[in-house]
Amino acid sequence: MSDDAPRLEGPLPPAALDDPHLQPYAKHPERAQAVAAVAMVVGFLGFIGFGVAYWVGDSAQWEAVTLGGGLLALGFGVTAWGKYLMPQGPFEEERHEFHSTEAEREAMTAAVTERGGMVLRRRKLLGGLFALGSTAMGIVLLFPLLRSLGPKPGNTLFETNWTKNSQLVTVDGRPIHVDDLAVGGVLTVFPRGYTGSSQDQVILIRLAQLGPLDPPLVINPPGRTDWGVQGYVAYSKMCTHLGCPVGLYQEQTQQLVCPCHQSIFNVLSGAIPEFGPAPRPLPQLPLTADSAGNLRSQSGFNQAVGPGFWERP
Amino acid sequence: MIDKTIDRSLRWLDDRLGIAKGGRTFLDKIFPDHWSFMLGEIALYSFVVLLATGVFVSLYYIPSAHEIVYHGSYIPLRGQRVSEAYASSVGLSFDVKSGLLMRQAHHWAANIFLGSIAVHMARVFFTGAFRKPREFNWIVGVSMLILGIVNGFLGYSLPDDLVSGTGIRIAYSIIESIPLVGSYLGTFLFGGNYPGNGIIIPRFYILHVLIVPLLIIGLLAAHLGLLVKQKHTQFGGKGKTEHNVVGTPMFPTFIAKTTGFLFMTTAVLFLLGGLAQINPIWQFGQYQPYQISYAVQPDWYMGWLDGALRIMPSWEWVGWGHTIALEVFLPAVIFPGLIFNIFIVWPFIESRHTKDLAYHNLLDRPRDRPLRTAVGVAMLTLLFMVFFASSDDVLANFFQVPLVAVLWFFRIAVVIAPVIAAVVAYKICNEMRAAEGVGKRKRPQIVTRSSTGEYSTTDAEPRPGDGVEELDAIPVPTYIDLVPPELATGVGVRRVMR
Ligand code: HEM
Ligand code: FES
Repeated sequence: MSDDAPRLEGPLPPAALDDPHLQPYAKHPERAQAVAAVAMVVGFLGFIGFGVAYWVGDSAQWEAVTLGGGLLALGFGVTAWGKYLMPQGPFEEERHEFHSTEAEREAMTAAVTERGGMVLRRRKLLGGLFALGSTAMGIVLLFPLLRSLGPKPGNTLFETNWTKNSQLVTVDGRPIHVDDLAVGGVLTVFPRGYTGSSQDQVILIRLAQLGPLDPPLVINPPGRTDWGVQGYVAYSKMCTHLGCPVGLYQEQTQQLVCPCHQSIFNVLSGAIPEFGPAPRPLPQLPLTADSAGNLRSQSGFNQAVGPGFWERP
Repeated sequence: MIDKTIDRSLRWLDDRLGIAKGGRTFLDKIFPDHWSFMLGEIALYSFVVLLATGVFVSLYYIPSAHEIVYHGSYIPLRGQRVSEAYASSVGLSFDVKSGLLMRQAHHWAANIFLGSIAVHMARVFFTGAFRKPREFNWIVGVSMLILGIVNGFLGYSLPDDLVSGTGIRIAYSIIESIPLVGSYLGTFLFGGNYPGNGIIIPRFYILHVLIVPLLIIGLLAAHLGLLVKQKHTQFGGKGKTEHNVVGTPMFPTFIAKTTGFLFMTTAVLFLLGGLAQINPIWQFGQYQPYQISYAVQPDWYMGWLDGALRIMPSWEWVGWGHTIALEVFLPAVIFPGLIFNIFIVWPFIESRHTKDLAYHNLLDRPRDRPLRTAVGVAMLTLLFMVFFASSDDVLANFFQVPLVAVLWFFRIAVVIAPVIAAVVAYKICNEMRAAEGVGKRKRPQIVTRSSTGEYSTTDAEPRPGDGVEELDAIPVPTYIDLVPPELATGVGVRRVMR
């Protein structure tokens, strides 16, 4: 179209170029333009800088400064352009309520209830059968969706690999001799053949030097007086709260602390929880020493280790 | 001439798509100006950065628990047996050029994404922007918040370092705590009792890079679509009514400003990504189920759940041959479920209470709705309390008080503090409403002292924004009358072809 072609009437009235609504916000547009231009040049240089930083170096810092700096400057320039140099209005737009006319609404309801209802009410059997079929489909489709994912828990939540006479070994598979730990020493141990296993992790603590544990020192729950050997006791290392490894031993207070949510277990009296959200003592592993002086378990745990779950009695 | 080409192409498109009317309406769409409307933009642009950096890191990350010997360039790890997931994440940080920048920018973007959503949501709440007709968009927003939190958790579980592994362990036990089905869900999802058969990393991966982002993109499209259809809310002011929107048009002003804002948000994320270390997985080491690191907090948006777990008393329920781990189930499943459900139904609770069925396009000032503001403040206080409770050990150390004291402080505070905060907020709102003219921008006065020592005051020059010089709003004009360039007054005024 050429400049002198007749102007079509648009949907809204035209504005003159000197209409105050079309003026930039800036009092001194030339200055604003200069600022935006400088920012954009800085942005450009920043991106070039990123290219250089990428090729010559391997520094996340330089990459960030150049790329981030470039983006920041260019973004600032564009924002300034928009905010200070483009028409600011204020312009307005009308809002219309979106609901339709009453007649249209009625027609809509009628289409659903009367036309649809007619079909459904006349063919209740088909409607029912369709509902039945799709419900059945929905349910059976859950099988592959859920059931294929993995095995049922079975007994795995109750079992560990600790059995009668399992040898205690370190994570590198070394057996533990009764002389290995000094008093106050702790060690994470596993049954031989299962090092690194989550379910089997046990924390071994040496509380005293010699002999079966002193009754005044250790108030073992009834029936557990001989579960330690040579001053050693062993507990499941899996927190009964959420299963974190209870890794922090405080020797002065004889407490095991779980770093996850600060549950504290008393090592001297069967690892009962003294503080925090853990609900149950850490299960204790009965210990013995074999003829070579290496530590072994008297038996497995007498209960499930770790956090609570529905099937746990 | 370029204008002619544009004209021809637009006509070509309009013949086929009929875009002229709708397209122009879209270009004329009015955006009200208020700083608080930029919060949602921060969220949107952080998400854009998440997608871009996410695609980059997914080219190098290997979602596999398979054990290999590390041979990369990070010397302390050489020769150790690590999972491919961990090795590739460390490799991404040290052996891929720009990899560390992208990985850390991705992580920072996740934190800022969720932070801006939270603040955006607070803005919408306190100004009543969720009222009719915008209830859907409120619900869509809450859903994106939930999915964002979930995806953040999935994401930081991927590198298989000591911290992320601990998080997965905790997640497993939380699933396990669900009565009746928990143990089954756990072994199904993980392919066996914890740690399962190594399938969890590929599963988390596909959820993290495909499924959850797709859901978020769908919701985002709905969110923005509704925004266009229902138009923005606006604060009251000169010429602003329930029946109009006053501000600047989409094209060119808003486009320019928002593009600049996209760049600046991206800039901040990359600056953080390169200059502020986040999640140094090479220091944490490969995850082992029997190892634990101390005093690491989860990403902030998980903190409130962690805090709730910490202050919960150890109320395990045992009976009839079963155990319900209430000490886990209540704070980690019921509590967040309750919070999110309250969020979702709030618009309906409020409209039932106020019996208000009208459309609302003008925003409330928080003080004008003391009850809502009080409820919001109570909720924020509760969430802040459980959030701070997740640092109970750090706080105990810092203030040199026993951990027990800190714990009891928070147990009491989560109940009492929200009530106190609500009462105080309610009172403040009412006082502010009583005070005349609070919060209005006042026109400054200039005091002059004459040579004889007399003082006189005059009004300062009107400034934009103080309402004195504001023009009446007009519709965006169809075209602009051309004036010879030498008479044109403004720079950058767009000339429209006739
Ligand atoms: C809502 C969106 C998203 C959020 C909140 C999010 C969050 C996160 C977080 C917090 C991490 C941990 C980063 C770290 O290693 O420190 C992560 C890792 C990762 N994300 Fe995302 N992300 C999102 C979207 C995406 C998308 C769309 C992709 C891919 C297309 C992606 C791919 C990845 C990959 C491959 C990793 C592992 C990288 C590694 O640490 O080696 N993410 N994500
Ligand atoms: S996992 Fe040990 S206290 Fe939570």
